[in-house]
Amino acid sequence: MAMTLTSSPTPNPTQPKRTRQARTSGGTLALLVKVVTLGVVIGVAFALTPSLVGQGRWGFFAAIWVIVVALVATYATGRGLPAKYLLPGSLFLLVFVVYPVVATAVLSTTNFGDGTRSTKEETITQILGSSVVQAPDAPRYNLAVGTTGSVTTGPFTFLLVEPTSGDVFAGTPDGLEELDGATITQDFVTAADGFTILTPAQVNAASEVLGPFTVPTDGGAIRQLGIRQAFEGITVLQYDEATDTITNTQTGARYTPQQFGDSRFFTSDDGERLSDQSWLANIGFDNYQRVFTDSRISGDFLGIFVWTVAFATLSVATTFLLGLGLAMTLNDTRVRGQKFYRSILLLPYAIPGFISLLVWASFYNREFGLINNLTGLDINWFGNATTAKFAILLTNLWLGFPYMFLVATGALQSIPADLKEAASIDGASGFYGFRKVTFPLLLVGVAPLLVASFAFNFNNYNVIAFLTEGGPFSPQNPTAGGTDLLISYTIRLAFGFGGAQIGFAAAISVLLFVITGVMAAAQFRLTRSLEDVN
Amino acid sequence: MASTTPQDTRGIAGGASAARPAKRSTKRSTKVPERVRLTGRRWWAEVGWRHVVGAVAIAFAVFPILYIISAAFNPIGSVGSTDLIPRAFSLVHFEALLTDPNRPFLRWFANTMVICTVVTVAQVFCSALAAYAFSRFRFKGRRGGLLSLLLIQMFPQFLAAVALFTMFTEIGDVVPGVGLNTLLGYGLVLMGGALGQVWLIKGFFDTVPKELDEAAVMDGAGHATIYFRIILPLIRPILAVTGLLAFIGIIGEFLLASIFLTGVSNKTLAVGLFGIIDADRSNNLGVFAAGALMTALPVVLLFQYLQRYIVGGLTSGAVKG
Repeated sequence: MAMTLTSSPTPNPTQPKRTRQARTSGGTLALLVKVVTLGVVIGVAFALTPSLVGQGRWGFFAAIWVIVVALVATYATGRGLPAKYLLPGSLFLLVFVVYPVVATAVLSTTNFGDGTRSTKEETITQILGSSVVQAPDAPRYNLAVGTTGSVTTGPFTFLLVEPTSGDVFAGTPDGLEELDGATITQDFVTAADGFTILTPAQVNAASEVLGPFTVPTDGGAIRQLGIRQAFEGITVLQYDEATDTITNTQTGARYTPQQFGDSRFFTSDDGERLSDQSWLANIGFDNYQRVFTDSRISGDFLGIFVWTVAFATLSVATTFLLGLGLAMTLNDTRVRGQKFYRSILLLPYAIPGFISLLVWASFYNREFGLINNLTGLDINWFGNATTAKFAILLTNLWLGFPYMFLVATGALQSIPADLKEAASIDGASGFYGFRKVTFPLLLVGVAPLLVASFAFNFNNYNVIAFLTEGGPFSPQNPTAGGTDLLISYTIRLAFGFGGAQIGFAAAISVLLFVITGVMAAAQFRLTRSLEDVN
Repeated sequence: MASTTPQDTRGIAGGASAARPAKRSTKRSTKVPERVRLTGRRWWAEVGWRHVVGAVAIAFAVFPILYIISAAFNPIGSVGSTDLIPRAFSLVHFEALLTDPNRPFLRWFANTMVICTVVTVAQVFCSALAAYAFSRFRFKGRRGGLLSLLLIQMFPQFLAAVALFTMFTEIGDVVPGVGLNTLLGYGLVLMGGALGQVWLIKGFFDTVPKELDEAAVMDGAGHATIYFRIILPLIRPILAVTGLLAFIGIIGEFLLASIFLTGVSNKTLAVGLFGIIDADRSNNLGVFAAGALMTALPVVLLFQYLQRYIVGGLTSGAVKG
């Protein structure tokens, strides 16, 4: 959408020249609203700037000011009239859709996931820190933990007081610095500028983050010792940046980073791992490569892809046919109570989707479910892939037909009656007339809608998640269920086994985006040729 | 923006049919004189069967809803004991729902209504602004913009959930009131759908004659005046329709809400009610159904109230071109 932001209006031939003068004569109310809104936006940006700069969040800082500049440039000047209308929505779209999509694409080239969340520097600090041993005469500090962010996830800082000298330090994974201006009560830091001090209970609660927290010092590191103390220990490990090696100064063993799947570990030549801690790294297109080469994935991929396409196609076809059939049946001026029919038939559409899905899920219960009860059948609906697929399609039909009914009714009413009349005079009436005249005209109107519906169903995660969760699963293949769509399958693959593989999941999201987009584009091309018919 | 309910496809939709102004006046004038009172077999052949089809369709549409009602008032409230027709009547589930402090249903209800109302109004406002520009101005990137809007809406926002999560973690570090687990933050995420209704509204704008705004320009009205005083009132029907579509989409949004709103008092109905039934799929059915009924009721009422706009709003318009 970026193009719309920079667009300048080309002179509009149908608009008289006077517009330019009229533009300046906006009402005082409009001017007031404009000034106040811009003022508030600029004010917010100014208010946020110090903390953004202070914490070095440059991306955030840049984003805020770019938005401010865009708003001011658009609304404080008389130029770029279309932009005035387009900007608010476009900004939201850019920030909360386009940026996350781009961020997902970036994420897809990394190994981000459980065990690989920290940077390499943080990992090395942690590895060195965990090797720290406490000498009997190791210096101790009185510890308070401060945070510049949240009390549960940090970023944390150790606020340390050396009890004998009374010197105050702030320690982060970047190192130790002297701290001025802190309030000391009984040899503990109780307040410091820019920090929220954690209570002992909060320190305890954050122990997972604070346990491995390490402040590097010369020849050693400072680590937590209980809730209110820290010690400075000596380390036997040393990291050499030039050779990217960690050396154990006592044994002389050398460890270098080696790749294992998505992760990298410092490993010695004889295969001993120094730590099970890996780190975030760019791995290029490895995630994409994995989708196509991992036999576990590519083996299931084709079958799931076929079912996904079939599901989307059948969903659109069944809902549209039922909706169209009902619309044609009831859209006749001689039928009384059309309004009544319409308001009842629209009910499924007015019930929030998650409610309907959860209720339908209970219908398929073998022993107590409504469907078996009413029909006298004894079918284990979700126990078999074929019946489960049928159940999903039936549920989706119920969810979707009111919308298609609505659309078809609208489209039927918009077809000029004289056209049908002319056709019937020429001898094209009844089904033939419908097929040759009404249906093509109708299709032109609803085709984009059908395409959108197809794209939606292609990624219809909710239906699967609430009904079958992808099942039934066979014992031979616990990863791919009988009703899995691409999206449910990959979401499970990414988050289900052995921790979250977010980088990999992101790669699959990008692929799904591309597949959906390509299919939709192809379908639009196809329907555009339909449009040329008349 | 594509969010997560099945109903959502409609958001993008409809523009096409709306773009073709209906000529209902012609149709009516030709049909009405034909109307003759039909009787007997002729009536059955031409009209009667339509009622039969209609009745079957109504049965299909309504039975799950009957089931919810029945479950909500059935005192036992398990899947096994629930039938289409309730055999006993009791309000225990409503009482249980409204009095249990572990699931503050009224709080969830208020959260949901606030989110739905505010986000719907903001989305429709942004969409209507943009749709006006797409319909009335010719500028560079107009066609490309419209097409990319269509494309980007096919991407379910929750596929970018990790990126959104990371983004709001950072925002929350700076401005805690807008971070994760805040309604404000969740509302902002939903504003990603700010341009979700552009196609539908643009289609309607195309049927509003240009002469109207031009006349206003001649009278010396400013752009803001024309838009807010003249244009917006003209497109009220489509604003009602798109507002309704957006509202339903948001009230049913589940996935992002389950990621963003983890605190008990911050939940929306979708997340809260799911928690109730997921805790015990069989025995909590009654309480869930009671909650579902109270959730669906306002939407259904809104739907019935705006019904006159829905079909008409999608196809013709208040102003005949």
